[in-house]
Amino acid sequence: MDPLVSAASVLAAALAVGLGAIGPGIGQGNAAGQAVEGIARQPEAEGKIRGTLLLSLAFMEALTIYGLVVALVLLFANPFS
Amino acid sequence: MLNVSNVLNSGLIAELEVGQHFYWHLGNFKIHGQVFMASWIVIAALLIASILATRNVQRVPSGMQNFMEYALEFLRDLTRTQIGEKEYRAWVPFVGTLFLFIFVSNWGGALIPWKLVELPSGELAAPTNDINTTVALALLTSVAYFYAGLSRKGLGYFADYAQPTPIMVPFKIIEDFTKPLSLSFRLFGNILADELVVAVLVFLVPLIVPIPLMILGLFTSAIQALIFATLAASYIGEAMEDHHGGEHE
Repeated sequence: MDPLVSAASVLAAALAVGLGAIGPGIGQGNAAGQAVEGIARQPEAEGKIRGTLLLSLAFMEALTIYGLVVALVLLFANPFS
Repeated sequence: MLNVSNVLNSGLIAELEVGQHFYWHLGNFKIHGQVFMASWIVIAALLIASILATRNVQRVPSGMQNFMEYALEFLRDLTRTQIGEKEYRAWVPFVGTLFLFIFVSNWGGALIPWKLVELPSGELAAPTNDINTTVALALLTSVAYFYAGLSRKGLGYFADYAQPTPIMVPFKIIEDFTKPLSLSFRLFGNILADELVVAVLVFLVPLIVPIPLMILGLFTSAIQALIFATLAASYIGEAMEDHHGGEHE
């Protein structure tokens, strides 16, 4: 592989995961904070809140995972090599 | 590319092969043999479990039958909350199959010591860590919700694309492509990420330290199976939903 291409790919992979983690991180923090607030206000709804929270956390996590898939493609199945 | 995929192979226990497959040649096609073998094992496990559970059905369930009834009830509730009381029954088998296959694949990939089986190239792992498996499942979901919508409303299903305003049409069409894309990438990425993280940690510290992450992996893979099934059910429910006035579901 061209060294320039591999350097660019590694950098791009790092950026794909790193930048992709920012947004979902903020979103997950918000969601978890609101869920804690909800449980504090209404402890009897804890089970339902936890279920919804886990489901929505997984959705947000998926966004980072897309970045990770791009990074993995760049590292292991690079289309430009 | 080869160098990169072998970076993690220097340890004896910490082996990880991404993008290497055990190819079978079938006609003009090259197929990933390790995925097939792992899926057959998963299918066999599911079949054996259901046969054991239904071989001798009792009025008062116990043991295996009890467990499978619990699983069935769980899946029925999941489908009912997404599709609605009236139509959900016909879709329980589809959604249930998706959930059980993905769940048993994910957990099987994490719990069964596949490393004991030596393959000429590639390695056995969860079938869902191959993009082809997840794309197949996602496309099946697409077919299922198109079928649900078309059989319910006929060609009027496509009239619903312009439902609130005609401006929505291009977005709805794009959505038909992004749905399977995001379904398949989410599952594939999560499972592969789990395995990568565990492999990297095992490579760094072979003992004890990776265990919490393995447990986290089990947890996320269960959640991913749940999400896939929930989303499939909700797409189907959405396709069958009535937009024309009558809100008497």
